[in-house]
Amino acid sequence: MIETKDINFYYGDYHALKDISIKMDANSVTAFIGPSGCGKSTFLRLFNRMNDLIDNTTLTGSCLIEGRNIYDKSYHIDDLRRKVGMVFQKPNPFPKSIFENVAYGLRVNSMGDKKFIAQRVEESLIDAALWDEVKDKLKKSALELSGGQQQRLCIARALAVSPSIIMMDEPASALDPISTSKIEELIHELKKEYTIVIVTHNMQQAARLSDRTGFFMMGELVEFSDTKKMFLNPEKKQTQNYITGRFG
Amino acid sequence: MNKRLSQRIAFIVFKSLSILVVGILIWILGFIVYNGISVISWEFLTTSPTEGMTSGGIFPAIVGTVYLVIGSIIFAFPLGVMSAIYTSEYASTGWIVRFMRVMTNNLASIPSIVFGLFGMALFVNTLEFGDSILAGSLTLGLLVLPLVIRTTEEALNAIPTSMRTGSLALGASKLQTIRRVVLPMAFPNILTGLILSIGRVSGETAPILFTVAAYFLPKLPDSIFDQVMALPYHLYVVATSGTDIEASRPIAYGTALVLIAIVFVMNMLATLLRNYFNKKIKSN
Amino acid sequence: MRFKKITEQIVQAIFTVSGALTSIVILLIVVFLFKEGFGLFSSPSVEKGSALCVNAGNNIENLSVTEIKQIFDSEIENWEEVGGVDAPIRIFRFDEIFNLYSESDFGEDYELLPQKLGEVIKEDPNIIAYLPEKYVPIGMQSVKILPPENIGVADFFGGTQWMPTATPAPLLGVLPLLLGTLMVSFFAILFALPLGLGVAIYLSELASERTRKIMKPTIELLAGIPSVVYGFFGLVVLVPLIQSTFDLPVGETAFAGSLILAIMALPTIITVAEDAMRNTPRAMREASVALGATQWQTIYKVIIPYAMSGISAAVVLGIGRAIGETMAVLMVTGNAAVMPTSLFESVRTIPATIAAELGESPAGGAHYQALFMLGCILFLITLIISITAEVISKNKPNKAI
Repeated sequence: MIETKDINFYYGDYHALKDISIKMDANSVTAFIGPSGCGKSTFLRLFNRMNDLIDNTTLTGSCLIEGRNIYDKSYHIDDLRRKVGMVFQKPNPFPKSIFENVAYGLRVNSMGDKKFIAQRVEESLIDAALWDEVKDKLKKSALELSGGQQQRLCIARALAVSPSIIMMDEPASALDPISTSKIEELIHELKKEYTIVIVTHNMQQAARLSDRTGFFMMGELVEFSDTKKMFLNPEKKQTQNYITGRFG
Repeated sequence: MNKRLSQRIAFIVFKSLSILVVGILIWILGFIVYNGISVISWEFLTTSPTEGMTSGGIFPAIVGTVYLVIGSIIFAFPLGVMSAIYTSEYASTGWIVRFMRVMTNNLASIPSIVFGLFGMALFVNTLEFGDSILAGSLTLGLLVLPLVIRTTEEALNAIPTSMRTGSLALGASKLQTIRRVVLPMAFPNILTGLILSIGRVSGETAPILFTVAAYFLPKLPDSIFDQVMALPYHLYVVATSGTDIEASRPIAYGTALVLIAIVFVMNMLATLLRNYFNKKIKSN
Repeated sequence: MRFKKITEQIVQAIFTVSGALTSIVILLIVVFLFKEGFGLFSSPSVEKGSALCVNAGNNIENLSVTEIKQIFDSEIENWEEVGGVDAPIRIFRFDEIFNLYSESDFGEDYELLPQKLGEVIKEDPNIIAYLPEKYVPIGMQSVKILPPENIGVADFFGGTQWMPTATPAPLLGVLPLLLGTLMVSFFAILFALPLGLGVAIYLSELASERTRKIMKPTIELLAGIPSVVYGFFGLVVLVPLIQSTFDLPVGETAFAGSLILAIMALPTIITVAEDAMRNTPRAMREASVALGATQWQTIYKVIIPYAMSGISAAVVLGIGRAIGETMAVLMVTGNAAVMPTSLFESVRTIPATIAAELGESPAGGAHYQALFMLGCILFLITLIISITAEVISKNKPNKAI
């Protein structure tokens, strides 16, 4: 589903990602762990080309989704971003109504008419486990929701455009424990339909949620294997040190 | 794709509009420079007008403007800086400070002709200074006061609080902190405000129409109770009245060019100063 | 130690007073402007130092300002039209007395002049005489002095004619000037708004850092050019251009004023709007782009709505700048203080009127006070605009937009 070969990424002269090659299967949950600043988020943002927004960066290597090179000139970047949804660390709903937030992606991509949009909004909110809480106040401002609700709204927003892959950059780190567990439940459910990649600094979370885990350190992918194996019997010493809390 | 097309069209429109605006500036500046440059000479800048403003120079107007700039700065600069120090350092929150800030903003948006009217009523008439450098300087000083206050406030706010707390923690009083730590650091940016004020005062006509400006004076002023000629007023008069407008045109172009040059130089100085000192702060 | 403390407190007091300076100034401005301006409504409508006299048999008790003007302009020619008997009005101006009598008839110091004037009035029941106060015949039974009417509020605010030098009664109706101001400012903003917004969007979202470094000082330079230089440019370039392009008798028109004002208001609109847009949080832009929106979609669907309060403030401030401009407008809109009927005619704005006429109005007279009243109006308008801009820019986009 997702594959990278020898990815090297530079912010100016700073070598942020070094020779990353990885394969991720469809309908799985992959987690990236590692200490702060090791490149996890940068790597994640490669897949929907969000790094393009930053000046003075260089990328070498190939990045394929469903077999196609997403950095190829013929691949329309908006299509990519529709296909690869992203949920950010801090919930960032638009200062619009709940309905309009979820409908946003549909509108900018000209997907469907009024009826279709209303239908998709409802479906996405149900899938994000938020529908019951907001169905009576769809016209109210999204900013009136709690932090956890806002994050689920952002997830619904991302789901509305029917992506195949969802990237989550520390989705629960800004939330309280109850909201966090709600989000984690959600991820379990979503796995059935979507391919999910999640960056987290919470190792227990990675252990709970993911099928495969990748350990990043200083721009390198030190180890990538089945989650159970990674946590019980890691191959590399660095991985072991990180997991047992020696650093980071 | 439809949305890609509309984006491209929109961006072309916006870029063109920006080019248009730059073009307008070049048009205006270019026009005045082109027509005025041939008029500028050492004589032009140092001799008095003759033959009903159709030849000679603009020296007395330059002198008058210099006096007015100095006078207004003497009045507005210390008061404005002190006012900004008060609102920025002493009374930080509360409705009093908010009220003062609103008043400063209001003063800033008052049209220059209203200042002229007020200046005439208060300084020329009630206080009986008459049409004089004193009245004109005070009026111009009031006009430029909000500018000084605003730039000084910004300069002071740019200094991180940690500087102040560090000084206070060493036992310095508030006043000492201001004098020894905050003001020296903020000084370059405050200076920028001063430079911008000079540019502003040099170009204002309405406030001096009824407080100091004279069409033609045979000799230079020797007291602050005298009238003066001034560059902006001179341009106005030479361009719209006078005995022979066509023949005075070159003088008008020359005056306009001198005015623009002053503004341009002041702006550049202010920008250079700002950049130089901001670099210094960054490298610290 | 104590000495230092006392010094500190004194200095602090000085600072406090300085802080109050702007508030004091505004207070003073209000006092001086309004005192002089409102004196207008206790001023007599007939020029100070003059009086109007009619024959005692005339049943007219008083005349309004407009009626006086119309009589002396021969627009009204019959007493019936102002409530009197059906008889033609005979206008008598002071100078005419010298045609009726010889110099010697008046005595050495003109002490007999009032008497002679009285005789003239007595002889004609339809006469109306406009005389200097000191020669008005007092105490003569056949002469009725019309009581001076005060200039009314309605006359001032609703009057459609501004002729401050008309005799015997100056016409001080503010409407032509108010409408002139509004018309010129309205069209100025009409031109400046799309232009300014477009440039603001370009600078905030599209321009490279290098372009921004060039354009920002350019805008600042544009903002710093003195009003009189803009006026000069308008006079020498725009006015002839307009005259030839639109085939008009004169190029000094409201249109020229609007164009010049538009250029002058641009920097204000651009800098404030651009500032507002740049302050849109990055998270908001990223969220939009991550959903597949193009940059342009992000701009008009997310950024502009978010920055709307700042953009509105920019427009309001631009309006304020346009309304208050004096010299540039004075030099290009012509000199016609009449009710504006088209964009391509000469008009007069309020600030231009003050600048043009204050020098020629006798201090303390009705004209002088009227000009101060204009100043009050201008002050109030810009005050409202300034406060409106403040209030608008404080509104954070908390609600659904």
